[in-house]
Amino acid sequence: MPDEIQVIQFPNGLRAALKEIHSAPLISHWVWYRVGGRWEQAGRTGLSHWVEHMQFKGTPQFPAGVLDQAVAREGGTWNAFTHLDWTAYYETLPADKIDLALRLEADRMVNSLFAPEEVESERTVILSELEGSLNEPMFRLDVAIQEAAFHQHPYRNEVIGTPDDLRAIQRGDLYAHYRRYYAPNNALVTLAGDFDSAEMIQRLGEAYGGLPPAEVPELRLSPEPEPQGEQRVEISGPERTTYLRISYRAPAASQADFLTLSVVDSLLSGPSSLNMFGGGGVSNKTSRLYRTVVEQELAVSLQGSLQATADPFLYHITALVRPESSPEAVLARVDEAVARLQDQLVDETEIRRAIKQARALFAYGSENITNQAFWLGYAEMFDRYAWFVNYLPALESVTPADVQRAAQTWLSPQRRVVGIYRPESTGGGA
Amino acid sequence: MNPSTLPGPDNVTRVTLDNGITVLARAQTHSPSVVLSGYIQCGSQNDPLERLGLAHFTASALMRGTERFGFHDIFEQLESAGAALGFGASVHTTAFGGRALAEDLPMLLDLLSQCLRAPQFPPEWVERLRAQFTAGLKLRAENTASMASLTFDELVFEGHPYGRPEDGYLETIQEIQRDDLAHFHRQYYQPRGMVVAVVGGISPQQAVESVQAALGDWQPAEIPAPPPTQPIQPPQQMQCRHIFIPGKTQLDLVMGGLGPQRASPHYLPASLGNNILGQFGMMGRIGGVVREQAGLAYAASTSLNAWIESGSWEVSAGLNPAHLRQAVDLILAELGRFVREPVSPQELADSQANFIGRLPLSLESNSGVANALLNLERFQLGLDYYQRFPDAVRAVTPEQILAAAQHYLDPQRLIIVTAGPQPAADWSQGIC
Repeated sequence: MPDEIQVIQFPNGLRAALKEIHSAPLISHWVWYRVGGRWEQAGRTGLSHWVEHMQFKGTPQFPAGVLDQAVAREGGTWNAFTHLDWTAYYETLPADKIDLALRLEADRMVNSLFAPEEVESERTVILSELEGSLNEPMFRLDVAIQEAAFHQHPYRNEVIGTPDDLRAIQRGDLYAHYRRYYAPNNALVTLAGDFDSAEMIQRLGEAYGGLPPAEVPELRLSPEPEPQGEQRVEISGPERTTYLRISYRAPAASQADFLTLSVVDSLLSGPSSLNMFGGGGVSNKTSRLYRTVVEQELAVSLQGSLQATADPFLYHITALVRPESSPEAVLARVDEAVARLQDQLVDETEIRRAIKQARALFAYGSENITNQAFWLGYAEMFDRYAWFVNYLPALESVTPADVQRAAQTWLSPQRRVVGIYRPESTGGGA
Repeated sequence: MNPSTLPGPDNVTRVTLDNGITVLARAQTHSPSVVLSGYIQCGSQNDPLERLGLAHFTASALMRGTERFGFHDIFEQLESAGAALGFGASVHTTAFGGRALAEDLPMLLDLLSQCLRAPQFPPEWVERLRAQFTAGLKLRAENTASMASLTFDELVFEGHPYGRPEDGYLETIQEIQRDDLAHFHRQYYQPRGMVVAVVGGISPQQAVESVQAALGDWQPAEIPAPPPTQPIQPPQQMQCRHIFIPGKTQLDLVMGGLGPQRASPHYLPASLGNNILGQFGMMGRIGGVVREQAGLAYAASTSLNAWIESGSWEVSAGLNPAHLRQAVDLILAELGRFVREPVSPQELADSQANFIGRLPLSLESNSGVANALLNLERFQLGLDYYQRFPDAVRAVTPEQILAAAQHYLDPQRLIIVTAGPQPAADWSQGIC
């Protein structure tokens, strides 16, 4: 991807990053706020996500429903995401319609209504969203794993919140959270697409420049202590498939080892794409774990996943276990493969291969303007945009010794939670 | 928007090779990669009923070993290049899709050719695939959305291949033997009617030459016709069906009836009407009443699925069982209004603007363009379809939408399927 970007800071503290791309008459516009699950404590989990929902419920200028229709009318697409480390809103529109996005995001940064009846209606909508997730055994297992993996850090909570918290939260809690964190000096605007940067900066100034900054409280988190030994969590239910998820405490994305661990992941379980939009992935059938676990008929499928986060989160290896096999047998194979990486230097060609895979995945993601604007902001939420720019060059410098050391450091059993979902022994099924 | 920038006769190359393969190519000069996708003319409609899933099984087994390459060789080539290739079957066709950096297109085409023409179906891989499908089908049986959708199709398209899942059932998958795959391949895999789209950082001429080099010498043969299908009848009465799945908190609802064929003159009006009914903005009129006003569901929307011989028009929602009746009543009221009154000029203008405005977004990526090109061919829309599309959309009237709605949707005769936890015993009283 071409990496010429322009970064600007307005007097009210708002930062903006812009990247001109003239391949299609489109612009993608994102607003990122530094607030998410990481800012929440027990009893009030799910606040950030619920605030995100309320941002679609209207301001005096744009009452609820008006914006959905306005964006759709212009042939655009928009959505929002609440994550552990951030909340982001985006609109991708035909280039000549982008003013709508600037106006609506500037407006709802400070003017959202949080009407009491809308708060109540959204409570049941979010409970419905949570109930949809609870239908999935893997979601239930994830809840248990995160609670075991973190004792004090808010990463122990699901971003959507617990059912109890979602029933307890009141309009005042939501509105206070909104006023506290939605301010230009706590936001980043990112734009990619078919525009002239100088002209766009002027338009951004007109839309956002007059918004007042706020006193945003500093987030003080005491770091989660290092894991004190392997933990096991096991849940069961009527679903008849067995899952194993091994979750190692991973480095934060800004730590140098994050990149090396991504190479380790690529060797163990295949290349993961960090693109949020478009691109598609690459299969993992030549990865070490596919060969020893899936090909050897212990599991039906296996994936690795490493997320870029601000604080250390989890590196997951997940397998759908064959009925005639067992999670313990899969775990033993994973341990053997990890031990090989810890004991023996990998061949340089394996690293070269991981680099080519990453280059291809970057190329696929670059076709999509929305994905490009996403990266401008996403990388800033856990590190700096330079992280993204330097990603491929930095991969080039990873050595076999780095891979070995990363496997030794990060993939020891002491650092993990082993989570198992087993079908209830009584059988279930009626 | 300048229509001449949309795919059309002046910027899409369409060539038919001597063996009957149609190649569609368009350059996206800014892209360092290419997408290769297309289909051949066989699918689950060719499956024997007792071995339903055979076309899908065959497609999935193509990459497990060929005359020249073993399983590991195939994936070593692909994954080392960061490339991808896959096959799957739908009712009428077996489709493939791949992507690679532009420099690796010849490798991708060589693999495509090998997999289509010389698969070996190694027995050990056939068994591994069977285990994988078995696990997948068990997961399907525990997934509320999948089971609601599958059951809806079975009821709406009873007796027709559209009503049968392409991936088969647990019992039919067990029936399929390795020789069935080889036989299906011999019988149905051939180049006549095959379509290949190549889109990305490569010139159309080079794309056509590369396809010719890889597949030009594949000899055509006669394909046996698929078994005749029963005509599809619209639902004759209200029919409610619940699939109980233990351990679930939420149920999935799918309700509706038939929809137009893709080639029907009703298609475009129905498509705009569907947008108004359950998509536009936050899921149209139905999302408006079920989610935005009543707060009953996270998702409540409609979809129009138009295929070659028929289609379906569906409303779907994820619901707490306690909210089921209220949501269905709201949906029925909206369907009633939709078949009684024409949509307002403003609603139509909004959806027309949406359909026209979103074209550039749907065509920004290589895969978006490739899909668009394949649709041109699959439904015989004509190479100038996308350039004509804005005018065709603008010409649709509220009366045409009402006529399409009345033709396909009868709120007194619907299939209503739920899957998940048990709703109240009397939830459907007065409906079914």
